[in-house]
Amino acid sequence: MARITAGVGVSHMGAIGNAMDKGLAADAYWAPAFKGFEFSRRWIAEQKPDVVILVYNDHATAFSMDIIPTFALGCAERFEPADEGWGRRPVPAAQGAPELAWHIAESMILDEFDITIVNRMEVDHGFTVPLSLMFGQPEAWPCRVIPLAVNVVQYPPPTGRRCYHLGQALRRAVESFEEDLKVVVFGTGGLSHQLQGPRAGLINREFDNRFLEMLSREPEKAAQIPHVEYLREAGTEGIEMVMWLIMRGALPREAREVHRFYHVPASNTALGHLILENP
Amino acid sequence: MSQSRRSRRFADIPDTVVFDAEQGRRGYRLNMWCLTLMKAENRAAFQADAAAYVERSALNAEERQAVLARDYNRMIELGGNIYYLSRIAATDGHSFQKIGSMMSGMTEEAFREMMLAGGRKPHG
Repeated sequence: MARITAGVGVSHMGAIGNAMDKGLAADAYWAPAFKGFEFSRRWIAEQKPDVVILVYNDHATAFSMDIIPTFALGCAERFEPADEGWGRRPVPAAQGAPELAWHIAESMILDEFDITIVNRMEVDHGFTVPLSLMFGQPEAWPCRVIPLAVNVVQYPPPTGRRCYHLGQALRRAVESFEEDLKVVVFGTGGLSHQLQGPRAGLINREFDNRFLEMLSREPEKAAQIPHVEYLREAGTEGIEMVMWLIMRGALPREAREVHRFYHVPASNTALGHLILENP
Repeated sequence: MSQSRRSRRFADIPDTVVFDAEQGRRGYRLNMWCLTLMKAENRAAFQADAAAYVERSALNAEERQAVLARDYNRMIELGGNIYYLSRIAATDGHSFQKIGSMMSGMTEEAFREMMLAGGRKPHG
């Protein structure tokens, strides 16, 4: 039986991928941000997941205003990094896990979570940066990866509560797959940041830390945060934080926190990171 | 009417345009045009002659003017969303910090310093 062994929360700002790609990770500006991942890279090397389910948002790359799926699951064999306008990131393509992904889609739809099935899609920094942060710069990613894209760009994103419940359905789906697989779920994006308008540069350290604490210990409470509160307190792009609730819902309530990290600034954004293990 | 409904819904969020249904409808053409800059040959054409490049597009006069002036706040008013608009920044070789400074009327250096000092306070 497949099993979700752990969850990882991690921000996915493009600038940090760029810093790695350009060899700037040891610079005075970036070194404190990467410090928070020394533990995580050792930890995931020991965990050796077979599959990562990576919850992220597409930033007008694979999807556009033509088609805006609220939840979309990548069922393809392979996911190439996209050219978002700065050129393609020099990172490996991700190998998918189509058999598990199709099983998850079927299980979730019959469980009344009507997810969109995607058989061809390129992946942007929202997907590649968390892999870079957790695995460094290998020739090939050390495990297969299933992308789960969530719309958080066009208002309204799904509610935090819906994301939390979808995470629970994801867990039921994984645990009903026959093959013995170790699965780790990544919830990515956030924490507080606003990229647009005169309020660009917003950071809310108190809100972010309250969110991390709540997500870890009182996830049902975190799931109640309304959109307007994210937008006001964490900024228009901070609403990405709802995606962490999918990861949290995929773990039992009593999941054990093994690592937490928070750093400001990573470019315009607060960098948050959390690792929870299924006891 | 939708304007007043929106302003009530997000009234307590300062200096912010939420990319909601109304903005999405208004900005469809501008946002989709931005995505043409995801192709290297189109970026090269835009860099070579931005005015000619927008002239060939479906953008209207207001949108063209805002694009050519790199007036991101105006593009947002016209329904632009920052992730779509970032294709223009990428083509110009501008980072999110650079355009953040432009939208908030600061120098790039002052913006960077503000971020190092913990960022902008959410409540002014």
